[in-house]
Amino acid sequence: MSSAAVETPLRRVAADFAESRLALVGLAMLIVILIVAIGAPLVSPQNPYDLATLDIMDSKMPPGGQSLDGMTFWLGSDDQGRDMLSAIFYGLRISLGVGTLATVCALAIGLVVGLTAAWFGGWVEAVIMRIVDLQLSFPSILIALVLLASLGQGVDKIVIALITVQWAYYARTVRGAALVERNKEYIEAAACLALPTSRILFKHLLPNVLPPLIVIATVQVAHAIALEATLSFLGLGMPITSPSLGLLIANGFTHLMSGKYWISLYPGIALLITIVSINLVGDQLRDVLNPRLQK
Amino acid sequence: MLVFIIRRMLQSVLALLVMSVLIFVGVFAIGNPIDILINPQADQAEIARATAALGLDQPMWVQYWEFLRHALQGDLGRSFSQNMPAVQLIVERMPATVELALCAMLMAIVLGIPLGLVAGMKPDSWYSKTIMAGSIFGFSLPTFWVGLMMIMVFSVYLGWLPSTGRGHTTMLFGIPVSFLNWDGIMHLMMPALNLALFKLSLLIRLTRAGTREAMLQDYVKFARAKGLPMRRIVGVHVLKNILIPIVTVIGLEFGSLIAFAIVTETIFAWPGMGKLLIDSINVLDRPVIVAYVLIIVCLFVVINLAVDLLYSLLDPRVRLAEAHS
Repeated sequence: MSSAAVETPLRRVAADFAESRLALVGLAMLIVILIVAIGAPLVSPQNPYDLATLDIMDSKMPPGGQSLDGMTFWLGSDDQGRDMLSAIFYGLRISLGVGTLATVCALAIGLVVGLTAAWFGGWVEAVIMRIVDLQLSFPSILIALVLLASLGQGVDKIVIALITVQWAYYARTVRGAALVERNKEYIEAAACLALPTSRILFKHLLPNVLPPLIVIATVQVAHAIALEATLSFLGLGMPITSPSLGLLIANGFTHLMSGKYWISLYPGIALLITIVSINLVGDQLRDVLNPRLQK
Repeated sequence: MLVFIIRRMLQSVLALLVMSVLIFVGVFAIGNPIDILINPQADQAEIARATAALGLDQPMWVQYWEFLRHALQGDLGRSFSQNMPAVQLIVERMPATVELALCAMLMAIVLGIPLGLVAGMKPDSWYSKTIMAGSIFGFSLPTFWVGLMMIMVFSVYLGWLPSTGRGHTTMLFGIPVSFLNWDGIMHLMMPALNLALFKLSLLIRLTRAGTREAMLQDYVKFARAKGLPMRRIVGVHVLKNILIPIVTVIGLEFGSLIAFAIVTETIFAWPGMGKLLIDSINVLDRPVIVAYVLIIVCLFVVINLAVDLLYSLLDPRVRLAEAHS
């Protein structure tokens, strides 16, 4: 495989990735979503949370309707006279932010805990893995619900709940990978050099268990976003001051029965596109980085 | 086998005890329920009397000990808001949830396994690709949003199906059920399909992967060489061999169906345990939350045990390995 000198690993991964057209479409959509989410204040037609720009006379306008000051609501407006397109851009920003933050934190915790279990073994490993098993035998939504019921509402609380739900999954994966790696010769060599344990763990072992984890983390971001939306919909997630996509959909639910479909429909489609594009990219990454599938 | 069951039971009891402490401590951290239950104009003496009556003035470990002592007698406290035993409240709501979950599981099995078999037998055909694309959507679509869209299409625009409640119930062995009369079935259809969607996708993928592997095996070639019709090869030989992982997953996923029913029940106002949980969380009805979670934990423990036993029943190799060890 190393015969071609110009072929760097990154270039090979990129070429393999581009083989699937569906994955490329997913990647393109994801990039657009990220740009829109990060640049929400710049690309939105309206600042949906600046009360001065809202007019109650514009409320519940159907898609394509005109506001009093001549702005077009391409995706309609909600009960406060808020442009849905702008609300979705801001909602994407919050949903993606919370999902990514929680996943990165859970990944970090899972890494440390999993490496600790694999390296020290004995009762440390037994205790950690029992906790992981116990937690993984319950559905994530149940754990998150009970946790939020006792912690109360808030952005920090939902991030804590999402981390709690995810860390055990990473811990188990890291331990599995680390158990394989720790018996390899480069670790033995590092141990022979009498390097400190922390250095062996984080400088030698960590980089070798990281790639599969990053792939899992990509797909987990989608899970985290979906879970956050569900919890927000149930009224236990984000506070009204941070309207994520789930909260926008929940808000539209009350108007659904009177035929005002757009308040729920469009945020849901935005959520769907986000999750699908992350899954498409994650699936392809997994196949590309899996050495067993390489030609 | 007996040793295996006893060991598993002991583990389960320990898990239950740990969960009960965690949940009790967790739920204890919520604000003071007395603020919600009592008339805001009540004077200090009245508040003190209510606090004592509910046992909220005791130290936390006393409250836990009392809770555990009563729990072992099947008494998990009284609901603050409805003033009736929490267990009774949940047991009353349980048939609705179990009916919904069973119905959803049935839908997933009846649709998922045949679709998975078809997709696995001819993985490159256009209909297989369509099935797989559909299953990706089933995985990606958030359940609650699909529920809303179903209400929008079938209730608001088409007006075919009712969007809330259970409808008429018929008594079956003293338990109210919806599926025995037309009105009940109409009410059951949408929530059950909504809940089934995720499991349906899961079963399609699982069956497809199993079928693809099994079709390459020698016994299928042999059955073909014998001149058996395709229907018999797939329906008897292949299905029997891929059923073990599928049964395991169906068993394990049943518990998660009951947990995810929380979402579906909230959308369709289905009067089950899940809706009760959300309502109780909203009014901080502590005993009901704790009782719900403990009952769910018991349920999971029983389901896991049952799946393990079923597994050894289906696959003799598991039994043999157990006997040797």
